[in-house]
Amino acid sequence: MNPAVAVIGFAQAPCRPSAGTTSGVETLVPLFHQALSAAHLDRREVDFWCSGSSDYLAGRAFSFVNAIDAIGAYPPICESHVEMDAAWAFYEAYVKILAGEAETALVYGFGKSSAGLLRRVLALQLDPYVTAPLWPDSVSVAALQARLAIDAGVVTEQAMAEVAARSRADATTNPYAQVSGQPTVDELVAAPYLADPLRAHDCAPVSDGAAALVLAAGERARRHRKQPAWISGVAHRVDPQGLGERDLTTVPSATAAAEAVALPADLDVAELHAPFTHQELLLRNALGLGERVRINPSGGALCGNPMFSAGLARIGAAAEQVMTGRARQAAGHATSGPALQQNLICVLEARS
Amino acid sequence: MRRTAVLGTGQTQHQTRRTDVSMAGLCREAIDRALVDAGVDWPQIDAVVLGKAPDLFEGVMMPELFLADALGAAGRPLLRVHTAGSVGGATGVVATSLVRAGVHQRVLAVAFEKQSESNAMWALSIQPPFTAPIGAGAGGYFAPHVRAYIRRSNAPEHVGAMVAVKDRRNGALNPYAHLRQPEITLESVRASPMLWDPIRYDETCPSSDGACAIVIGDQAAAEASERPVAWIRATAMRTEPTYFAGKDHVNPRAGAEAAQALWQAAGITDPLAEVDVAEIYVPFSWFEPMWLENLGFTEAGHGWKLTESGETRIGGRLPVNPSGGVLCSNPIGASGMLRFAEAAKQVMGRAGEHQVAGAKTALGHAYGGGSQFFSMWVVGETPGR
Repeated sequence: MNPAVAVIGFAQAPCRPSAGTTSGVETLVPLFHQALSAAHLDRREVDFWCSGSSDYLAGRAFSFVNAIDAIGAYPPICESHVEMDAAWAFYEAYVKILAGEAETALVYGFGKSSAGLLRRVLALQLDPYVTAPLWPDSVSVAALQARLAIDAGVVTEQAMAEVAARSRADATTNPYAQVSGQPTVDELVAAPYLADPLRAHDCAPVSDGAAALVLAAGERARRHRKQPAWISGVAHRVDPQGLGERDLTTVPSATAAAEAVALPADLDVAELHAPFTHQELLLRNALGLGERVRINPSGGALCGNPMFSAGLARIGAAAEQVMTGRARQAAGHATSGPALQQNLICVLEARS
Repeated sequence: MRRTAVLGTGQTQHQTRRTDVSMAGLCREAIDRALVDAGVDWPQIDAVVLGKAPDLFEGVMMPELFLADALGAAGRPLLRVHTAGSVGGATGVVATSLVRAGVHQRVLAVAFEKQSESNAMWALSIQPPFTAPIGAGAGGYFAPHVRAYIRRSNAPEHVGAMVAVKDRRNGALNPYAHLRQPEITLESVRASPMLWDPIRYDETCPSSDGACAIVIGDQAAAEASERPVAWIRATAMRTEPTYFAGKDHVNPRAGAEAAQALWQAAGITDPLAEVDVAEIYVPFSWFEPMWLENLGFTEAGHGWKLTESGETRIGGRLPVNPSGGVLCSNPIGASGMLRFAEAAKQVMGRAGEHQVAGAKTALGHAYGGGSQFFSMWVVGETPGR
């Protein structure tokens, strides 16, 4: 009864320490052009637009409103916005198409992380009555989680460094990455701690950036793209936030989302949104990904983490794998909140 | 398209400062009432959608994250919508799509604003680069549009005050309303201080703490309900930029096109004849006649005549805001959802003292930003076509 839905275009801005512009519009205009060109779709053919961004990142109210100017939204458009990573805007657009309320959609996310001190800004996501007043910043919260995981024997500093080394090596072929290189694991573990047990290589860089992705239903997708990346399932879940309320070495919301989409064990590729090395290891366990699955050929968020579009970019990177024929079946994952609180998973596949 | 319905609604006591509850407590007050009204319990809720206006109003970045447990979202899908002042309505529309798509059977939509946690004026005063500061709040922004409307339509000056009297008296019939002023008169409104010419103090919405919640279900859930439901006959959303050459701030095209799409989807050809009651987002009194025109209830330039003739009172041809509307309660992020919920209450026959007799079809409407984001729905006693 529901139409099949596919990704038919994706574009991203290069991840940079500073985008050199105060305006999301300047970043988004060329991006929309690239994503729509890839989808062979005209701007006026987009039935529904949906975006993800954050006022706190921008440091002002209604920061998404000006982004509308990048669309050229006149005559008026059907449009919505989530105050979340744009991976959840992707979900809203996907549902819109499933419901038959739109046939095509463009999803975008943007954020200028460099506008403030990101790790302090993210502390404001915590409970404002009892936790945030202590200002535990995002790196410190992640370090607490990593320490628990190490003490529980779930991860090791060596394994974390291996994740960083692999990601940076993969990112050498990704022109959008902010960080790349060929470090050895020994070199990495010799570095000093940034927030014990996290070293600099364990933490994603602070990135400005944006991403845009085009969706279409059934026949429309086939008409516009030779090999669409068909969505075989999307699900997301959230865990309670209280840092003492759950076992931080597990990710129940990721596990539940994986179960809801019946995540196959024999995926070709998984793009995981893990801003810290230990979080990739926790996610692989939570999602039940086998050794054969290729993780983050893009280099992942550890090599470029544009807030509010990094999750969407993981779905886009997974879709590119399918659209270019490099993978038959790929998964994109997004996370939000402290210590992997909220997780979304999307499975994409080629169909003949 | 699958049928969807409002199974129940709930809202808080709205007031300037709800210092008796936390943000979580405020949301739960509305949610618990909605679940009781819908006759459903937590195991039947499949997903939660939260809407609110800028995070700077409470000083918490993405508060749905720390609220996840209190919202009943732990282990469930949770979406957070933000489309400026229209967000309460947009949240209802997103929740409806989740059910229409067949993804979920019952979805809980929640919207709140706890303005007393922070300083809304401050939150709205941080200037983006390259944008001229207004420095006069929302009233200062919208007053020129109201003046333009009066000049264009030749509306008599007392129409705005009439709306204020009607809505504040209606609010006195609504036990949840923030402002309840049964004694208000045309004279007292016209004697109140001029804030932003031509908008007087008594023609302005208050600043409220409050929340609203709606349970939306599919056809099976609606048919399983022991109480009347409000069938969602159509939803619509439209957006246009804040400023551009040719922008009509008085009668924005995005609002008009959203309304056209809404009426068409609901199978309504003559809105004034076919809609029994309307809950319209009116933060300043003059927006009643302006939106009556934009929504197609009257031709352009004639909205004020419907108001002046008394036809928008309870008992009139088209009662507008029998709950008292935004002029009586304005928890910004929840104000749009309150319009949607009050429309549903009318067709479910559960509006209490402000019930419009025989209401079968109702409109819920919200707008936001610089009159650029619109969300609306039509609900009915029956599913329609």
